Amino acid sequence: MKLWQKNIILAVLVVILAVVPLVVCKGAEFGGADGEAEEAIGEIAPDYEPWFASIYEPASGEIESLLFALQAAVGSGVVCFVLGRLTAKKEQ
Amino acid sequence: MNKREKIFLLTCLLAGVMCMNAGAMHIMEGFLPKTWSAVWFVVCIPFVVIGFRRISQAVKQDSKNLTLLALCGAFAFVLSAMKLPSVSGSCSHPTGVGLGAILFGPCATTILGLIVLLFQAILLAHGGLSTLGANVFSMAIVGPLVSFGVFKLLKKLGVPSAVCVFAAAALGDLLTYVCTSFELAAAFPGEGFAFSLAKFMGIFAITQIPLAISEGLLTVLVYNVLAKYSRKELDALGAL
Repeated sequence: MKLWQKNIILAVLVVILAVVPLVVCKGAEFGGADGEAEEAIGEIAPDYEPWFASIYEPASGEIESLLFALQAAVGSGVVCFVLGRLTAKKEQ
Repeated sequence: MNKREKIFLLTCLLAGVMCMNAGAMHIMEGFLPKTWSAVWFVVCIPFVVIGFRRISQAVKQDSKNLTLLALCGAFAFVLSAMKLPSVSGSCSHPTGVGLGAILFGPCATTILGLIVLLFQAILLAHGGLSTLGANVFSMAIVGPLVSFGVFKLLKKLGVPSAVCVFAAAALGDLLTYVCTSFELAAAFPGEGFAFSLAKFMGIFAITQIPLAISEGLLTVLVYNVLAKYSRKELDALGAL
């Protein structure tokens, strides 16, 4: 099997793994696992008060998603740049 | 709309969908008692010091390693930005540090993980500065150590490279969250350490199982390309 064929299969498997929970757990909230941990801490130690707050909070969910998208974009930009260089045909 | 515009729109849409769920994992800012925050910071120091040394050694050895290091760091950047849904009905994200650990060893990867965690703590209010030590320990020390160990062990047993890489990345990812659960249970024993541990494991580790598999598959994807086009460098790093 060629490399790109193998890698397409891998990528499709990842997409399937991401879609299955959405189909299987319909109606679930899909909130963050850290939010659930926060609740669990509240149950275990109801008196605990966080002693330090984030120095900067994104102004809204939109801004936060912007920053996450930026993180992914910068990351994938660099990954693709390096892979492009590695796989480019060498000049004769 | 021409084809290019359509592709652009589709990409934007995909990026938007992937980032819709805010909040995922890492120990939240202020959510570790002061003594524990300090303990994890101190534990991380030697790894960070050795890590800087390892990186400068690797770059000195071959300047092409710098490109590969950038790739590993960027890979961790992308993967830890993608909050994926899991069968537990909540979301979390992979760590992406397995690739770095396989190529450059656990300590060099500590630095890459540290950069990602700093970015998320400062700009995204995700994780936190007070909990940075604990998060670095789980994601950038325990995870890479497990990945590195699993890769070397399976390699020695003569397992094919792709399988080694998959197992290394997936287990490193999973153990990161097991470690996070331990850290939280140690700080909040409540009715007993075991009780708290089971509770946090239920939240973090179960959610992480399918994501660990995804991380394993994606790491193999990139590794396949490197093994074909960057064979010489990988061989020199002992990662073939």
